Amino acid sequence: MLDWLGTIIQGVLLGGLYALFAAGLSLIFGIMRLVNLAHGDLIVLAAFAILSLATWLGFDPFLATLLAMPAMFAAGFALQHVLLNRALGRDLLPPLLVTFGLSIIIQNGLLEAFTADSRRLRLGAIETASIELGGNLAIGVMPLLTLGSAIAVVLLLNLLFYRTALGRAFRATSDDLEIAQLMGIDHHRIYSIAMGIAMVVATIAALYLGIRSNFDPTIGPARLIYAFEAVIIGGLGSLWGTLAGGVIIGLAQTFGAKLNPEWQILAGHIAFLVVVVLRPRGLFPRAED
Amino acid sequence: MPNGDENQLIELAQYRIETKTRASAILALAGVALVLIFAVRGLIQDLIFVFYMLALAQCWNLLAGYAGLVSVGQQAFVGLGGYLLFALTIGAGIDPIAAVVLSGLIAAVFAVPTAFVVFRLRGPYFAIGSWVVAEVYRLVFAQFKQLGGGTGTSLPPSATNEIFGIEWVKEMFEVRSPAARDIITYWIALALAAGAPLLVYLVLRSRCGLALFAIRDSEATAESAGVDSFRAKLGVYVLVAAATGMIGALIYLQKARISPDAAFSVLDWSAYVIFIVIIGGVGTIEGPIVGVIVFYAMQHYLADFGTWYLILLGAVAIVIMLFAPKGIWGYVAQRYRVALFPVQRMLVRPHE
Repeated sequence: MLDWLGTIIQGVLLGGLYALFAAGLSLIFGIMRLVNLAHGDLIVLAAFAILSLATWLGFDPFLATLLAMPAMFAAGFALQHVLLNRALGRDLLPPLLVTFGLSIIIQNGLLEAFTADSRRLRLGAIETASIELGGNLAIGVMPLLTLGSAIAVVLLLNLLFYRTALGRAFRATSDDLEIAQLMGIDHHRIYSIAMGIAMVVATIAALYLGIRSNFDPTIGPARLIYAFEAVIIGGLGSLWGTLAGGVIIGLAQTFGAKLNPEWQILAGHIAFLVVVVLRPRGLFPRAED
Repeated sequence: MPNGDENQLIELAQYRIETKTRASAILALAGVALVLIFAVRGLIQDLIFVFYMLALAQCWNLLAGYAGLVSVGQQAFVGLGGYLLFALTIGAGIDPIAAVVLSGLIAAVFAVPTAFVVFRLRGPYFAIGSWVVAEVYRLVFAQFKQLGGGTGTSLPPSATNEIFGIEWVKEMFEVRSPAARDIITYWIALALAAGAPLLVYLVLRSRCGLALFAIRDSEATAESAGVDSFRAKLGVYVLVAAATGMIGALIYLQKARISPDAAFSVLDWSAYVIFIVIIGGVGTIEGPIVGVIVFYAMQHYLADFGTWYLILLGAVAIVIMLFAPKGIWGYVAQRYRVALFPVQRMLVRPHE
């Protein structure tokens, strides 16, 4: 019984990490309907940025993350401004294929720069610290911090969305692009800012990815898939839905792994496909496609 | 004396709809010469590679370019075909050539339930959904211990030594078994590479093709005119799965070694294929042919540069998508008005 409780807790905590992968994707997906196939690789890119700052300048990974955030914001803004805004439009193919090409470029660029070796962000004692809950049950501090960060990110993004002028512009362009333009919104600038914010979130995700497990330049696509599963399960445009989606994937994976370690990833995918068949628009959709 | 309106009507009646062009007739002859190439073994293996990539590109192009089903998960059917070939030849002792055909048919059977899952998703969601399904296939096939599990397995020579027609080829060309196997594989690859555009061509010239064009232009209008868009798309999806499964079976007949990571590789069977179609020209039958030639040339001369080659490939695809979204062939066709595989319905005024 306690055993299963432990599995549930682990699954929810893992879900926090997946929600962090997914939050940035959900943001840009909700605002501009852009399916960014390079999102996973951008997270890995951010992880290498943190690693570089931490090793070359000797910073603590948390401080390195803070420094990497503005850089990733600028990179996201520039990427959207130079490349992706040109690809967006009525046609489905250009954004998909441009980001697919980008994914290949980032992966191989990272391979060239950092080789295929597995890396890890080191934090020292806090990595393995845990809180005793009694009865043989303990929660790792880092996984708890991951879930806490995911909740904080979703809270902050929702505040931004519903309490600020920028958020109003985000919602307006999401709901009706043409009317928003009539109201004087420069949608290309809005999109670039949104991508910048998505990259800041990706940087936070990268920190916890790098602490939790090894990473190398090729793991991006798998993270992208988990993130997308969370977004689609949650429903278009709902950040709380994305958090719930992440937790569902996390739970499915830990339960799958408990039955048979080889079934971990498979169980997550199956959970996703079941939701797709039953509720193709996700569990908590906010916006129309 | 007819008035203006009637005049226009009469003029309109003089037009007829034609799909044949002069260039298309010439093309039919060009293919024949390829059957006779069997000299150098290295050349044969390169051509087999070109042929199966071309066939895969044609299949993806039919899905994405014509039916609007942008899939990033066709590796599901390549891997499925490959594994079915291994299962049928090793497990059931079926002749490899029959197994290639059978693998395609069984892949089509698998495609039906797969379609009912992924068709719940539209547009970009469909792309991701199809990728997830391919991952599910990969993870499931890694569980079959009889087929080597996660590390994969090899096709024993005994399974292919008695391949249909091998004795005849050995006598005819005075070669040993491995070379004879390559020649037979080459012929199958040639048949698939020639068959794939033919299949696309026939589909597009059929009623179903007309329905697809209508759906592509406006799904709502097409449906209100009585086009069953779900059925048209399902038909194309299953047909493409069958063809892709056969190609996958052929690929792994030649490679003679299979593993889940290679057989369900998104890079090899989706990324490269998509690049071929984009570079050549999406939504044309000629595009993949041009694309595969460019792709092969790049691979041949630049593959030694490894990561830089892939970076270049990605960059070329992005540049083409942004600045020449119709690809190389799209540009040529627009400029010079040629079509090797005419599938457009053109209005032609007969000569008086």
